[in-house]
Amino acid sequence: MTELAKKSQASVLENLDSVRAMIKRHKRNDILFSIIGLIALMIGLLTLCTLFIDLVMDGYPRFNIDFLSNFPSRRAAKAGLLSAWVGSLLVMTVTFLTAVPMGVAAGLYLEEYAKKGWFSDLIEINVSNLAGVPSIVYGLLALGLFVYGLGLGQSILTAGLTLGLLILPIVIVSTRESIRAIPIAIREAAYAVGATKWQVVKDHVLKYSQGGILTGVIIGMARALGETAPVITIGALTFIAFLPPSPLTEAAPFINFDWLTSGFTVLPIQMFNWLSRPDHAFHINAAATGAIIIVVTLLMNGTAIYLRYQIRKNIKW
Amino acid sequence: MTPANQNTIISPRLAKNIKRNVRERIIEFILMLAALSAVLTTFAIVGVLIVESLSFFEHVSLVDFLTDTQWTPLFEDAHFGIMPLVAGTLTTSAIALCVAIPVGTIGAIYLSEFASHKAREIIKPVLELLVGVPTVVFGYFALLFVTPLLQKIFPELPGFNMLGPGIVMGIMIIPYISSVAEDAMRAVPMSMREGSYAMGATRFQTAVKVVTPAAISGIIAAYILAISRAVGETMVVAVAAGQQPNLTFNPMESAATITAYIVQVALGDLPHGSVGYQSIFAAGLVLMIMTLTFNILGHIARKKFRENY
Repeated sequence: MTELAKKSQASVLENLDSVRAMIKRHKRNDILFSIIGLIALMIGLLTLCTLFIDLVMDGYPRFNIDFLSNFPSRRAAKAGLLSAWVGSLLVMTVTFLTAVPMGVAAGLYLEEYAKKGWFSDLIEINVSNLAGVPSIVYGLLALGLFVYGLGLGQSILTAGLTLGLLILPIVIVSTRESIRAIPIAIREAAYAVGATKWQVVKDHVLKYSQGGILTGVIIGMARALGETAPVITIGALTFIAFLPPSPLTEAAPFINFDWLTSGFTVLPIQMFNWLSRPDHAFHINAAATGAIIIVVTLLMNGTAIYLRYQIRKNIKW
Repeated sequence: MTPANQNTIISPRLAKNIKRNVRERIIEFILMLAALSAVLTTFAIVGVLIVESLSFFEHVSLVDFLTDTQWTPLFEDAHFGIMPLVAGTLTTSAIALCVAIPVGTIGAIYLSEFASHKAREIIKPVLELLVGVPTVVFGYFALLFVTPLLQKIFPELPGFNMLGPGIVMGIMIIPYISSVAEDAMRAVPMSMREGSYAMGATRFQTAVKVVTPAAISGIIAAYILAISRAVGETMVVAVAAGQQPNLTFNPMESAATITAYIVQVALGDLPHGSVGYQSIFAAGLVLMIMTLTFNILGHIARKKFRENY
């Protein structure tokens, strides 16, 4: 018996080195892979940094007030972004006014009102399908339906509605997700004191989910700001040396809606226009525009991500 | 007490109730209309594409459309063969996937199996930021940064080519793959990992031999959704791949994709109702069919994965 034990002990001792080597190898593989994984994820971040630095370095000569207050021009050094950023602002206003009420209402309906069945399934399938439709297809829809079908022309209204439809799925999904996080007990408590469904929805559901909805809206608006393809497809002009009529007037009723039908250009289209010219001087303008767009969209997305983090941290039901 | 008398007694409250109910119904109806807008949008998209494409196919036969090897709708001698555009789309997408699939998968495995909670909290928002960068800016990057860089390695590479935009597009879709694939891996039950660890497997072995096979349908869903993204991507290729339809699968050449062609036509001033105008809807229909197919396949794969656990 002792002989047998001795023998096995010897063989274990013999194998020990190879076992140790194996463990070492496996540990090394683990470390190696975690480094490779980190590098893989860093590629994205590194690209983002390179991209931003590249834009800032190339566009550096144009970072001044004139660039924001000049109209586009044939001379690259004198060309500016005035009509583009005003256009972006006005288009975004229309987008906000269409996508937010519709998206929130649709989200509320799906979560609070709709009964499970073919009808809610139909809507749900459509929402998730729309989220996967390439943005340029929205441009074709707008070209066929808004521009020619409804006769809205290549106007700010058309562009705003198009981008509104484009970000609708984003608003709907974020609304639903933040509503779903509200515990049923809140609703039951409200019903118990005699509130109607709408009162429950308006005073409780909507109120507690507004932070989550806001993050979705910001992300959607950032997307709309950077979208180029659908706005090009509806035939937005690339050379606009005028501003749309002002939405605010001095005489009563102080608001006019003429700007809705005005021609326009937006920041990404102006950038694309400059980028597609062979003259390198215009590429500098494109870089400066790109830097501005990227800063604004990153700030918007960053705010949204921070907000979501704060909400998740603060709310404990 | 007559019934009429009774009626007058309760009526204020009853009236209030009725008013309240009517208001509730109206609100529900309005909300439903908003939800229906999603369905209407889908129908409108399909409707517009099909109606305009039908008038396109009155001028061009479907056989020519699918078999002709030239796409020159704006020339005197017009040819309408979609194949060059499809070839451009597939080539750029394939390059993008060659970049995004390995990098995205490794990233997903790292995030799900290796990263600490804290690292994950930092990395995921940064990846989300990358998704938010407008595509036209990536177009600039492909044309004026990546292509010149590639030209140092391949001196004969033309200024417009499919390789540069393909690579940039690949980097763009890494976050889509890594986030969907990571979700799939994290949904794999902890007990499976514990079983593997108990047998003495390392983290790497567990990740590759247990978690990845268990999550494979979810990971495939991530790939398919990424293909759909790449096929529908517009601005990067419109800026940096050139806009000449070219029946080739060689990434070193310039070519137009379906999306780039639509942009090119939209920038010109084609009269409403001309064959050229209708051709972008036919191209859009092809694009829609391609992305829809991939999206449906992706959803099926995802659903299958969810049923497993």
